[in-house]
Amino acid sequence: MSTSIVAKGLKNDGVSSRSGSHGKSHYGTHIFLTVMAIMWLIPLGWALFTALRSKEDTDKYGYFSFGGAFNFDNFVQAWTQGGFPRYFMNSLIITVPTIVLVLLFSSMMAFAVSRVSWKFNITLLIMFTAGNLLPPQVLATPLFEMFKLTPLPYWFSDSGSLLNTYFSVIIANTAFQIGFCTFVLSNYMKALSTDLTEAALVDGAGIWRQYRSIIMPLCKPAIAALATLELIFIYNDYFWPLLFIQSGDRLPVTTAINNLQGTFLSNYNLLAAGATITVIPTLIIYLVLQRQFVEGLTLGSSKG
Amino acid sequence: MSRTTDLSHPSPAGAPRSGRRRSAPGTNRKVRRLSTRDKVVLAFMVGIPTLIQLAFVWIPTVLSVFLSFTRWNGLALSDIRAAGLANYSYVFNDSPAFWPAVQHNILWLVFLAVIATPLGLLLAVLLDQKIRGSKIYQSIFFVPVMLSLALIGIIWQLFYQKDNGLLNFLLGTAGTPQAVDWFGNSDVNIWAALVAATWRHAGYVMILYLAGLKGVDASLKEAAALDGANGRQTFFRIVFPAMAPINIVIVVITIIESLRAFDVVWVINKGTNGLELISALVITYLIGEGQSIGIGSAFAVILLVISLVPITIYLSRTFRKEKF
Repeated sequence: MSTSIVAKGLKNDGVSSRSGSHGKSHYGTHIFLTVMAIMWLIPLGWALFTALRSKEDTDKYGYFSFGGAFNFDNFVQAWTQGGFPRYFMNSLIITVPTIVLVLLFSSMMAFAVSRVSWKFNITLLIMFTAGNLLPPQVLATPLFEMFKLTPLPYWFSDSGSLLNTYFSVIIANTAFQIGFCTFVLSNYMKALSTDLTEAALVDGAGIWRQYRSIIMPLCKPAIAALATLELIFIYNDYFWPLLFIQSGDRLPVTTAINNLQGTFLSNYNLLAAGATITVIPTLIIYLVLQRQFVEGLTLGSSKG
Repeated sequence: MSRTTDLSHPSPAGAPRSGRRRSAPGTNRKVRRLSTRDKVVLAFMVGIPTLIQLAFVWIPTVLSVFLSFTRWNGLALSDIRAAGLANYSYVFNDSPAFWPAVQHNILWLVFLAVIATPLGLLLAVLLDQKIRGSKIYQSIFFVPVMLSLALIGIIWQLFYQKDNGLLNFLLGTAGTPQAVDWFGNSDVNIWAALVAATWRHAGYVMILYLAGLKGVDASLKEAAALDGANGRQTFFRIVFPAMAPINIVIVVITIIESLRAFDVVWVINKGTNGLELISALVITYLIGEGQSIGIGSAFAVILLVISLVPITIYLSRTFRKEKF
């Protein structure tokens, strides 16, 4: 690293050193951070505040008042009227298989490119990494037409094609996310000692056993981090369902909330409640799996 | 990684369980010979993901390029007609939305690069100090990163509304003729959308830089302090350059986020009336009335060509050092 040279140079001519201003108080920092934190919380806080009040009260006292009652009636109404159970189910149907497929394929790919020396390793890895960096709109049109022109029996898909099925979204998300996970996992696997598989090889373990019994168990932290990250990514995916799914009752939550604006018309209290309901799963994941999520985010950037 | 010793010395009991013959225990360790079965297994492990990646990412990308030189209504494949450069000519000369979209994409990039990213860096630097409540601040700034951009659009819509939004109330204009419709007025809505995008982007940058700052050798900072450098000098001359790998990632993320920007504007008004973006135009021409696959694809190709710049920079930096 070039930085170590910088460090040496600094230490060498560090004769005229005056003591740094250590132990200074952080009042200014705290004031700034507190102001920023309040500003950061205002949009969400406002949505929650609006959601907790009834439309009658806000009409009577105005949106900017504390008059009237605070309760969860809007949440109950939005939940049933907005069709949230259906949408959450759809999110689950799309998210879970996608995560499983992404992690299965990307771990196999990462294993092959990082643990077996092979001529095309780097080419493949570049292709996978680049694929994930493309804006999805670049491939949206041909993918849409490909899915539209894929004939499927009507007992399987009522559109007679891949359009308007959960599969279309699962396929697109899987293909798009494999690249990122392969990149992260291959870096992680490369860092594992070669002695591990060397010994197994001598012991007669085949490739699959090396992958399944030696490398994968060691990758558990990375897999956990990526699973959490992908859970959020795919739950939050708005674009692919918007493109492929026409039937409102098959949309996942994230894409469906846009339609709530039409359903709830100008009842902002209900809309706010709907928006808040959508935040809840992500907040739960955040609270429970914060460490994995942050790890997943930083794993992707730790290598540059 | 900690090497687990029990794995480098697998127990002999493990081998017979696999039910496979030991393939030449005396094989030279240097020459790793793969059995036929291993080769088949590897072919599957590489083949399936590669096929998926080719079929659903790269072949569609190439088809976008192909379709941009054709005229097609998107109905039957036999309707595809060659169009030469007609779609590009339309896009550059006649499309009313193209140049505004380019301007907005550039504005998006500049705003993220000049406001959102430095703000995230500032938050990271402040929170990296050992100050009380650092974790609480981090959690607050990080919440928007967990939210989808579509939801962010809706949450900010509640905040920005003309008559019932909090912002106009705080400005004292709610309910008066001076009240601004922040997402509706084409003069200001791009800025309003950018503030919403910043809300998320800054937190993202913050978390990446927090990880980066932890990776900077503490002795570097001490050495600089001993040398009489003040906090600002230490940061800009020592810490920031030491984070070069993260900086590249942040630059690439910022550029790509600004090219990918889509969800927020689509939620607000489907990327029209002051919120045109190239990505939104692709989709407008795909699913809008008077489907014109060729023109939509031309927009997609322009987006592709621009995206290839940061992607190439990133890939060449990342894979340059690697030798297999």
